[in-house]
Amino acid sequence: MAPEPDTMPISVDFLGGLETLFSNNPHHTISLPLLNPSDSSPANVGFLISHLVKNHLKHPRTEFFVHSDGHLTPGILVLINDADWELEGEEECKLQAGDKVVFVSTMHGG
Amino acid sequence: MAPSLCAICKIGRAYIKRPKNHAKLCKECFIRVFEDEIHHTITSSKLFYPGEKVAIGASGGKDSTVLASVLKTLNERHGYGLDLVLLSIDEGITGYRDDSLKTVMNNAVQYDMPLKIVGYKELYDWTMDEVVQTIGKKGNCTYCGVFRRQALDRGAKMLGIKHVVTGHNADDVAETVMMNLLRADLSRLSRSTSIVTGDDRSEVKRSKPLKYSYEKEIVLYAFHKKLEYFSTECIYSPEAFRGSARSLIKQLEKVRPSAILDIVRSGEDMARLVPGESPSSCACKGQKVTSAAPAEDDIGGCGSTNGRTPGGEMAAMDKQLRENEEYAELEVDVAKAISKPKQAEKDTEKVLPIRSGTGPSKGGRQVLGQCKRCGYMSSQEICQACTLLEGLNKNRPQIQI
Repeated sequence: MAPEPDTMPISVDFLGGLETLFSNNPHHTISLPLLNPSDSSPANVGFLISHLVKNHLKHPRTEFFVHSDGHLTPGILVLINDADWELEGEEECKLQAGDKVVFVSTMHGG
Repeated sequence: MAPSLCAICKIGRAYIKRPKNHAKLCKECFIRVFEDEIHHTITSSKLFYPGEKVAIGASGGKDSTVLASVLKTLNERHGYGLDLVLLSIDEGITGYRDDSLKTVMNNAVQYDMPLKIVGYKELYDWTMDEVVQTIGKKGNCTYCGVFRRQALDRGAKMLGIKHVVTGHNADDVAETVMMNLLRADLSRLSRSTSIVTGDDRSEVKRSKPLKYSYEKEIVLYAFHKKLEYFSTECIYSPEAFRGSARSLIKQLEKVRPSAILDIVRSGEDMARLVPGESPSSCACKGQKVTSAAPAEDDIGGCGSTNGRTPGGEMAAMDKQLRENEEYAELEVDVAKAISKPKQAEKDTEKVLPIRSGTGPSKGGRQVLGQCKRCGYMSSQEICQACTLLEGLNKNRPQIQI
């Protein structure tokens, strides 16, 4: 599938139980707009999260993924190209075509 | 943002930021230091002796999977001489446990460990599916928790093993500390912070080698070592996921990651004030073993479901526990202490009756005996499992009509 214009492919994985919120599929490749339409800034992880909630979160219990303030629910780890997002500036981390973002819940199961 | 270098080897790129000290580490150094710290916990607490047969309580979830992997690694690296066995409980939950048991079976092959599965059906003649059909979804976690605790002991006994290790992590312990504090349950606060519960006199002792390991690091360890684990939520407790103690801990971690270990340490310090209890901590501070009845900190569900059970179940459990004489006594004591706050300020030692003049055989401690019905170890005349079973068996005929 050819990428839509002005978007970039981002690989997104949902692990540790989060896949149940996203059509029970842990592996997704999404087309993320290059720019955040609200302020025309380059796409970052914060924009990716809101994009996922708006377009891919197919579950009524959105609070398992984001809180009402739009921030990720505490207890979910984010890895950007395998690195902890805390090392990459968290929501401010800018994304490039082909980046791999993994969301892992630490809250499920024992 | 330019990638940072690993704080240990100074060569590799940092991929992990440790919650306990913010150290930035590469994958290899993180895996090594994570294992080394568990080795430190094991050796300083003298958790094992050479040649010991140890059963790993394995659910197929992240904690027990990481525990099995780390123990195998450390056993080989440091020559512990342990005989490790995976012990799993089949609660009889179609679509949940049958799937997670497949993960455990794969782990058994990968880690080259024997696997023993004991089922609620064979032990109690009830599966959790049948329990839920009888009593409904509300409160079923209580049954499952009580049955599981005994099932692990009985499974270990069948294998001739006297030591079960569980995957309880620092987040679990912190959560239990908060809950027991809020309920003013000093006795259980003390037992839940111990790394070992039960001793050589009890039939099966329990320990938590991951007690000081952050849940975040457990998940990262599993991720970077590509360990296979099962993370579907139990189908009978979908609401349990949102437990308030759990979210509180996670929110605290977000603000200040060291909060989790701080709560664990505070819990240990408070436990030391409870008479007759001598909680072990990391033996850097001296290690002892509680000789009281096994900790019931994991009642209410599987390891980390602990604390996520809805209030109604907690209330039901509390009601039952109140029937426990020791527990009632403790509650009165706490009430007395609260009613004399001024005196308490002057001399806490005198005011708290449970802290004055009680020898190790009294106080808030539970005394281990045998259940009159099943003969299994219990601190009450009839063990909790038998009490619950009695209620279930009375209801079964009605349901079948």
